[in-house]
Amino acid sequence: MLTVKANGSVRNALDGAESVEVTASTIRELLDRLADRYPALERELDAGIAVAVNGEIYRDDRDVVIPDGAEVFLLPRIPGG
Amino acid sequence: MKHDNAYTGQEFKVIGTRVKRPDGIDKVTGRARYGADASLPGQLVGRILRSPHAHARIKSIDTSKAEALPGVKAVVTAADMPVPEGLPADLAHMLENSMARERALYDGHAVAAVAAIDARTARKALGLIDVDYEPLPHVTDVDAAMQPDAPVIHDWLYTSGVDPKPEKPSNVSQRTEFGLGDLDQGFAEADVVIERSFRTEATHQGYIEPHACLANVRPDGSGELWVTTQGPFVYRNVCAQMLGMDIAKLKVTSSEIGGGFGGKTHVWAEPVALALSRKANRPVKLVMTRDEVFRASGPTSSTSMDIKLGATRDGTLVAARAEMRYGSGAFPGIWGMLSCMTSFACYEIANCKAIGYDVVLNRPKVAAYRAPSAPMAAFGVESAMDELAAATGMDPVEFRLKNASREGGQSHYGPVWGPIGIRATLEAVRDHPHMQAPLGPNQGRGMACGFWFNIGGQTCCDLNIGVDGTVTLTVGTVDVGGSRASLGLIAAEELGIPYEQVQVNIADTGSLGHNDMTEGSRGTFSSGMAAIFAARNAVAVLRERAAKMWDIPVDEVTWEDGQAKATGSEHGNLPPLTLADIAAKSPKTGGPIAGHNEVVADGAGVSFASHICDIEVDPETGATKVLRYTVVQDAGKAIHPDYVEGQFQGGAAQGIGWALNEEYIYGEDGRLQNPGFLDYRMPVCSDLPFIDTKILEIPNPGHPYGVRGVGETSIVPPLAAIGNALSNAVGVRMHHVPMSPPRILKALREHARTGPEKAA
Amino acid sequence: MSGVLVTTTINGDAVQFACPEEETLLDALRDRVGLLGVKEGCGTGDCGACSITLDGRLVCSCLVLGAEADGREIGTVEGLSENGQLHPLQENFISHAALQCGICTPGFLVAAKSLLDRNPDPSETEIRYALAGNLCRCTGYDKIVRAVQSAAKQIREQAAQSA
Repeated sequence: MLTVKANGSVRNALDGAESVEVTASTIRELLDRLADRYPALERELDAGIAVAVNGEIYRDDRDVVIPDGAEVFLLPRIPGG
Repeated sequence: MKHDNAYTGQEFKVIGTRVKRPDGIDKVTGRARYGADASLPGQLVGRILRSPHAHARIKSIDTSKAEALPGVKAVVTAADMPVPEGLPADLAHMLENSMARERALYDGHAVAAVAAIDARTARKALGLIDVDYEPLPHVTDVDAAMQPDAPVIHDWLYTSGVDPKPEKPSNVSQRTEFGLGDLDQGFAEADVVIERSFRTEATHQGYIEPHACLANVRPDGSGELWVTTQGPFVYRNVCAQMLGMDIAKLKVTSSEIGGGFGGKTHVWAEPVALALSRKANRPVKLVMTRDEVFRASGPTSSTSMDIKLGATRDGTLVAARAEMRYGSGAFPGIWGMLSCMTSFACYEIANCKAIGYDVVLNRPKVAAYRAPSAPMAAFGVESAMDELAAATGMDPVEFRLKNASREGGQSHYGPVWGPIGIRATLEAVRDHPHMQAPLGPNQGRGMACGFWFNIGGQTCCDLNIGVDGTVTLTVGTVDVGGSRASLGLIAAEELGIPYEQVQVNIADTGSLGHNDMTEGSRGTFSSGMAAIFAARNAVAVLRERAAKMWDIPVDEVTWEDGQAKATGSEHGNLPPLTLADIAAKSPKTGGPIAGHNEVVADGAGVSFASHICDIEVDPETGATKVLRYTVVQDAGKAIHPDYVEGQFQGGAAQGIGWALNEEYIYGEDGRLQNPGFLDYRMPVCSDLPFIDTKILEIPNPGHPYGVRGVGETSIVPPLAAIGNALSNAVGVRMHHVPMSPPRILKALREHARTGPEKAA
Repeated sequence: MSGVLVTTTINGDAVQFACPEEETLLDALRDRVGLLGVKEGCGTGDCGACSITLDGRLVCSCLVLGAEADGREIGTVEGLSENGQLHPLQENFISHAALQCGICTPGFLVAAKSLLDRNPDPSETEIRYALAGNLCRCTGYDKIVRAVQSAAKQIREQAAQSA
């Protein structure tokens, strides 16, 4: 079981919840399960979500294995200059 | 093959040396071809007609007279650029931004375009297009646009991120919030509180090369685009989708790029050039004028913000609140949200909240500019930090050090920090001789910190070995400032060969798989990662070929110093095979030798910088001269130190321009008053001193060499560093950027009348 | 369609081109003569990317008409290298990493050459003021000034050796 926290526009998509509990072993599983539960997340997923696992930010790699008890944060995807 | 991107701490042979860039000779002899330097048989000249109104309904456009002019081959309006079904909203906005539909949304918004046999005819044709406008109320100021009585620019825009959902449309597209802890409790603990409001004006990336492209669309629906861009693959995908073309049938070639800084991550006139070419069935070259670049390609947000910081008497930062309002131009943006994510990153603050508003205005659509949104937020926060340091009686560097973010601590935007360089940059600043240098009258020293995320993204490359043992590395990230040299060094390092044996090419979209843009300081980070993996794949092939040549098992072949060596007692007498030896035999040992890699280069390490600057203010004119400037930044690992220093210096210079002079000035009529380099004043050579640099190397755990992006962070600290220096020099605290001579003069006069409290 | 025939000398070679009366020398050099090393950054004389010499004097070619070049001598970046050798300024711009994107480089080289022709041993301040008509957005000018200083030194040393 993972405790997933979210911020910014992503938190809005999770009905404003500061954190949610999910069972998932990879980023792909995590986002799939969350999207099932929170349809509003689809829009954020289209706009782009980054997932921070123990502080490391993943923008695109969905195959990252999430260790048990890891700190997981959902963030809006950011552009650069 | 999946490779591990973890930092290994390997010893380097060529990484970190200052080799010559391979494209240098073409660039010093005038041979390098930029956006405006290509031509095709039968090409036409494209020109765009732009709205003179800040906001107007387009009642009708009569193009008949222009079309009848001899030499005119095509005239296009929005009618020629219909919105393809299912086009995502952000691309629909981009399309409407490149050609107005029912309304012109800002001064300079394109309303029609022509393609003609020469510039003279095209110019004349623009004058023959008759547009009937009905002017509408406009708003160009971010605070004014948030007022309840402001003209609402889009009746479909409802603020997201607020509860309950609004019932009426407004100019605020989104509210976002990031933070930690309990703000009320935090401020209750504080002994000293500083609360200030700040404004920053919009700036432009100011690349010297205007947007330019050569479009060639054929009647069968295929086409080519030669263009100055930070990302040919992204331009291809975006333009193809906007124009209803097949992605594979549009080949985009990036020219040499004459500066981008984020402004060439977004399409502007390119879809128009393609539409003109499609209609005329001829190649069309379209080069924007500087006036058009200012009026119609993306500047930054103009901002307004309120910053409140609280500390205990011992100098512990216990509470921070920022409310930041960022203009996004005529379409919704995410710039206010980004400001939230960067604002407090430098510090560990138990209770903090950053609130961002994104606001549409009758201004050009905002585009990314080097560490987008971060410099403005840093101006507010770092200015207030200096005031708070003074209020607690602490030295500004020591105050920052006491509160600096640390590995294992929680960032204000959520995740825990890995190894980060903020403390190291502050310690380097504290110990730098610059901090001890004497100052004269009207002179002052200031410092400030900055943060940027850096990004990775989709990347691939090909590494091909010629039969003579020379190596071609083909990458898909545009070289904006010397990355060919850095990537050549990486391939040479991995293969164990001299740098001179490697040639680096930039691919067009027909020659390599998708690559994200050169943005977010990702060029050397991500293409470097792909190059490392591609080279390792090539080494695996080289070992197989050597094993075949020797007729021994491949696991008894190692690769060292650019040579295959046989291991084990049985083959100890075999002389090593060089890369050239193996390459020469490749036609008979299995064909061409290559290494490829496709990767999502995640794990871009964040980056921090601390800057020091000395300035002198002329009390008669309010003009500020930068006397000395030092940049300290964490690069993770500097692949080519010259170009790392160059990024530090260039970003600092842009930040200095932003701090002191650069601004978009709008009149009451909503028109941009200074769309040229004479009145939009960027720093020139005589404005600046040498910019000293100190590269720190705190390895990024997410890159095999420890590389962090270096391109953007250096623009973040200068605004506040200069503001702080000004305050120390003449005792006035500036709250409005740019701190131009008239604003400083006004502040000095106010200061003389009322004392230091009431400044600009 | 009206126009003018212009007879001129460019980088030491006799060149003829025809252009409309209103065409700038910048456009004529680029589009009629094919000297694409002359760059357009602004078209209003503010950025210096189109710097050339006209009868030895440094000018922005966007502020000169093509027609005005008749009977005059033009120098562009394409004429800096001689006898197959890069000019010391060109060498030093590369070795000092004085260019990032490179779009302003031709203009800087022409302006710097014009300075060193007049003043072989300029101070840092003289270099900065001589190059103040050329905008660079990438480098912060640091490495450009250093490259010019180094090239000037090299040229002086070469001159001393051959004297």
